[in-house]
Amino acid sequence: MNSVNSKWNAILVPVLAVILGMLVGALVMLAMGFNPIRGYELVFQGIFGNAYYLGETLRAVTPLIFAGLAVAFAFRTGLFNIGVEGQFIVGQLAAAWVGISWNLPPVIHAIVAVLVAMVAAGLYAGLAGWLKAKLGVHEVITTIMLNYVALFSSNYVIRTFLKGQSEGTEDIQPSASLTSDFFSSIFDGARLNWGLIIALLFTLLMYWLLWKTTVGYELRSVGFNPHASEYAGMNVSKNIVLSMVISGMLAGAGGAVETLGVYGYMVISAGFTGIGFDGIAVALIGANNPFGVVLGALLFGGFSFGADNMQRVEGIPTESIQIVISMVIYFVAASAIIYRLLGVFRRRRREEVQS
Amino acid sequence: MPAVVEMLGITKRFAGFTANDAINLVVEKGEIHALLGENGAGKSTLMNILFGLYQPDEGEIRIREQKVQITDPNMANQLGIGMVHQHFMLVDKFTVTENIVLGAEPRKGVKIDIKKAEQEVQDLSDRYGLKVDPRAKISEISVGMQQRVEILKTLYRGAEIIIFDEPTAVLTPQEINELLEIMHNLVAEGKSIIFITHKLKEIMMAADRCTIIRRGKYIDTVSIESTNVDELAAKMVGRHVTFEVQKTQAEPKQAVLEVNDVVVASNRGVDALKGLSLEVRAGEILGIAGIDGNGQSELIEAITGLRKIKSGSILLNGKQIQNRRPREIIESGVGHIPEDRHKRGLVLDYSIGENMVLQTYYKSPFAKAGVLRYNAIYEYARKLIQQFDVRTPSEFTEARALSGGNQQKGIIAREVDRNPDLLIAAQPTRGLDVGAIEFIHQKLIEQRDAGKAVLLLSLELDEILNVSDRIAVIYEGQIVGVVDPKETDHDELGLLMAGGGKERRGAQT
Repeated sequence: MNSVNSKWNAILVPVLAVILGMLVGALVMLAMGFNPIRGYELVFQGIFGNAYYLGETLRAVTPLIFAGLAVAFAFRTGLFNIGVEGQFIVGQLAAAWVGISWNLPPVIHAIVAVLVAMVAAGLYAGLAGWLKAKLGVHEVITTIMLNYVALFSSNYVIRTFLKGQSEGTEDIQPSASLTSDFFSSIFDGARLNWGLIIALLFTLLMYWLLWKTTVGYELRSVGFNPHASEYAGMNVSKNIVLSMVISGMLAGAGGAVETLGVYGYMVISAGFTGIGFDGIAVALIGANNPFGVVLGALLFGGFSFGADNMQRVEGIPTESIQIVISMVIYFVAASAIIYRLLGVFRRRRREEVQS
Repeated sequence: MPAVVEMLGITKRFAGFTANDAINLVVEKGEIHALLGENGAGKSTLMNILFGLYQPDEGEIRIREQKVQITDPNMANQLGIGMVHQHFMLVDKFTVTENIVLGAEPRKGVKIDIKKAEQEVQDLSDRYGLKVDPRAKISEISVGMQQRVEILKTLYRGAEIIIFDEPTAVLTPQEINELLEIMHNLVAEGKSIIFITHKLKEIMMAADRCTIIRRGKYIDTVSIESTNVDELAAKMVGRHVTFEVQKTQAEPKQAVLEVNDVVVASNRGVDALKGLSLEVRAGEILGIAGIDGNGQSELIEAITGLRKIKSGSILLNGKQIQNRRPREIIESGVGHIPEDRHKRGLVLDYSIGENMVLQTYYKSPFAKAGVLRYNAIYEYARKLIQQFDVRTPSEFTEARALSGGNQQKGIIAREVDRNPDLLIAAQPTRGLDVGAIEFIHQKLIEQRDAGKAVLLLSLELDEILNVSDRIAVIYEGQIVGVVDPKETDHDELGLLMAGGGKERRGAQT
């Protein structure tokens, strides 16, 4: 009975968090002198208004799914991978390199580029896992630092080895591209690409790996209770490294998809993409569940993309939607507030956990 | 004597079940009143109601003959009710005094008047014979002393009615005696005590009266003078309980476990085992007696591969297993009921079914080519749950949701069913009620009779004396004596446990 309630709450809490977040956002818009109903209407138009918008929203959602899966995966093993941002960049770079410099037949070229990006990012994340497992260095510290290493080294590599005409690499060869004429035509020229399919594939794969295999059983066990896992004969260090590697691979695949599917090249960037950090929020909204991550990414990406339309038409600043997203995250994180509200509604049949 | 606490007809329902069903508890001034019941009988719920953490659905509470509604713990404090929790709530890095005054600091201007506080703590400590050093850091004092700090915390806040929640669970036999004496000092000074426990011997030693509850229902309140252990046990469990462990003479055979001259470092880097040797034979239970912290935990960790040894050797069935990986040792035939079931024994977030295959999940029939076969896992779990009488709503229930006794039964089911040559049982009955203890002792003896070697570690001398076929006494990382349980007693063991008879026991009174 308890587990039924907790499953129910796992759905109810994010839903209420979204509603509460939108209410706060509405207050902000009101305070700024805008009509919140009109604002949200435009946001939803910006998402669903036409095929192009919908396609572009899904395009924006795709890397968020990868980043969210990466964060959620590490979290299931009790690791907080803040380095998804850096691993994403490593994946972008590796994919760009393979896409530009290797010569392979179409489709295979793209697949190889994604795989190389995954391996590169996986090893990069594995470094943080190894430092944690062997030397006890906290992964939050190392992954944050490695984000900067990834950003600035990738800029160096692009400038030195892969420089194209402008401030970025050359274009990848068409054989490595993940763009999809099929999706583009359905969605009126939007840059939606095969990456979304890959993201959904990885969502299923992550669920299968974590809940259906012995590897997943070990990874989750180590995440829940490393002491008991060690007692039961599992190799805790190995699982920590493995978890980070897989997390990094998911992030790297996201980076590859962004390079191969959307832009076709990689730019020298002064700052982070932010996708890796958004992944933390997406994983949080999705309760570290792969399917939850997809919903979280849809919410997050949808709001962000739709906000542009709101600003374009009515001049309502996109920042008000940023506030909505922040408040949603806040309400999910502070779910105690929501439980209390639920308690008010359900006072009659309030279940308390016995101490 | 006037009543200081009257809880009358207290009923508390949680979704689906009634934790307290019309329970009465009347405590008189200046008495030690025991509250006895099995795990899950509703003792904690009742005390949480008295302490203001829960509101009763029915019934009334009177404190010093005034009807009250206790809405939160602060109000309980104001009414002079204090609680010494089973799990201490202390800041490790603070001193004794700092912990005691926390939240009620005496001030001098904007500063905390620590001198005055220390003096007050010292006075209270002297008055009740607590022998606590107000300036010691919590991290540097023993568990028994930490408990006294918890007692001082309630006294400092003016408690007149003190609830002790399973206070002896964490103490050594000597510390238990000292605690019972402190409780007597407290009531001699006019305090009243509610003593929650399921240890009958301690009730007989310390309490004046005893209220028994069973499955949420009030059973009886008896005067200790006019009762005995058997009657209390029968009232608590609802049937007659045997305390004598039934077993035949052991027939030990070849050595299964040989530990030779093992040296092991503790977490702090000093040697916890200093050349320890022992032997456990097939068909016997070797009990290890000793005061907590003399190397017991390190010994088990060394045998099971959870801790590296510096020198010496450990042989299982004649084969060296020292410094091997835990999995290798498990597979060569070692079962281990760990001393801390929450830390080591279970993944609390996994279902009880998933916990049943914690060491074997990767083997057939539980997995095939790396893919879990949940049908086989849960079928196996159902079998164990039935066979070992684990009370759980289903095999899918989170291990966290089970009572301590049923969690322990689950672990024992898992470890015994793997059919190990050596079964290590570390404090297998800690915190359990008599019914569960009886069951677990039976299982250990069954294993012995099946020709397995059993290594039993316990801080409860009675358990060691009743269950073991031989007793090895551990002191400062060495075995200082091996005795026959039929030819020894508490005094001899106590002497050995305190240093091999070379010096008199100081704490004994």
